[in-house]
Amino acid sequence: MAGRNLAEKAQLMDANDIRRAIVRIAHEVIERNQGVSDLAVVGIRTRGVPLARRLADAIRSIESTPVPVGVLDITLYRDDLTTIGVHPVVHKTEVPFDITDKVVVLVDDVIYTGRTVRAALDALMDMGRPRLIQLAVLVDRGHRELPIRPDFVGKNVPTSKREVISVRLQESDGEERVVIQELTGELESG
Amino acid sequence: MALRRKDLLGLEDLTREEIELILDTAEPCKQIFTRDIRKLPTLRGKTMVNLFYEPSTRTRTSFELAGKWMSADVINIAASSSSVVKGESLKDTVRTLESLGANIIVMRHRAAGAPHFLARSVDAAVVNAGDGAHEHPTQALLDLYTIREKKGRIEGLKVLIVGDILHSRVAKSNIWGLTKMGASVTVVGPPTLIPPEIEKTGVKVSYNLDEAIRDVDAINVLRIQLERQKKGLFPSTREYINLYGLNRHRLAKAREDVLVLHPGPANLGIEITQEVATCDRSAIAEQVTNGVAVRMALLYLISGGGRQHEAAG
Repeated sequence: MAGRNLAEKAQLMDANDIRRAIVRIAHEVIERNQGVSDLAVVGIRTRGVPLARRLADAIRSIESTPVPVGVLDITLYRDDLTTIGVHPVVHKTEVPFDITDKVVVLVDDVIYTGRTVRAALDALMDMGRPRLIQLAVLVDRGHRELPIRPDFVGKNVPTSKREVISVRLQESDGEERVVIQELTGELESG
Repeated sequence: MALRRKDLLGLEDLTREEIELILDTAEPCKQIFTRDIRKLPTLRGKTMVNLFYEPSTRTRTSFELAGKWMSADVINIAASSSSVVKGESLKDTVRTLESLGANIIVMRHRAAGAPHFLARSVDAAVVNAGDGAHEHPTQALLDLYTIREKKGRIEGLKVLIVGDILHSRVAKSNIWGLTKMGASVTVVGPPTLIPPEIEKTGVKVSYNLDEAIRDVDAINVLRIQLERQKKGLFPSTREYINLYGLNRHRLAKAREDVLVLHPGPANLGIEITQEVATCDRSAIAEQVTNGVAVRMALLYLISGGGRQHEAAG
């Protein structure tokens, strides 16, 4: 991480913004799928997981039907293992239900290049054959490198590649906000 | 956190943190057993060579499966059916493997230190799959994994290693691993099969299995290597069975929740009875499963880790 310094530029969302975005996405998911039958929510580690749980809770409080929640670790599916120096630690994937014929809503905090989602799609396909996969993200910051687009977006944020979007959630970071930071050292290769 | 090394040659070299990283990584890898599609793209495009100068079924198969399930291309070379019988030296074999573009070489050799020689000569990652009576690190890692999985921890446990400690690379690697992880280790066996000054590695020595078996949390029963017993280091197999064979009666003296391990292949009826090997305290079948998971974790961690890091600057 030598030469990488991040300076905070602005706050994009506060706790209320995050909460409202999740509630809105919950409504959109229900509307798009005309209900919640066969619906499952799967969060991508790390910060997609608390967001997935919140989304499932929001859907349940609207429809009074529980929605199963899964956790996906995509480390072993990454396409940059040969180019990044230090390998990320692998964690468990916990999808305790059969995803075959389900409508799976994949959840992540930020969509950027689309490579994480590509890896997540491969991981899901190896676990079963969902009827439909949809993608929900809290922030879409652009700069896609693959033909992947989210179905549900909390906030669209145009960014430069020198900027970093940091989603901080109570469960993982002890605070509740989304900030935009600027890289002051050398440019990230990813 | 990463495994900042090119090779895995022995547990003597590893830190406790590195051992824990391998065990932690093995946990998600084990999930592949419960999946319909046992394939991960992690090592796509990498070539792994199993170079075995000694016979092996489970270690080689385990490495082969670990590599294949992670999408590496796996080549098996058994020295007995290769150019080695035509007199090719280890050095020449190494050059050939380099020219073939091997990224990972898994090696078993009867000479202690052979994988270390190989590791110095090639850019590929070298994994020691057993060198003479020196080390068998992946076996010890899977033993550690199994103990941790069944007992919830390793720190503070009492582990007994039974049998031919002198010739056993499994015992040596287990001693390194267990003591680093904070377990207290006792070795037990005939005096002729206990290496002199083994206490210096931090283990206790016993010659009486009936006493040593009381109060331990896990028993790792070693295979009596009948092929290495030509020197008459114990009077007879019958005497060995009488004094050191693990049977139902001996096991009854151990704690109710004792865990029984064996690296395989077992000489059933000699160091362990069929009854004990398959009883509910035995984790021998689980060890085989865990072996693949631990090796997957290791292949992931060394394929690129430290070496790529240096290259990337």
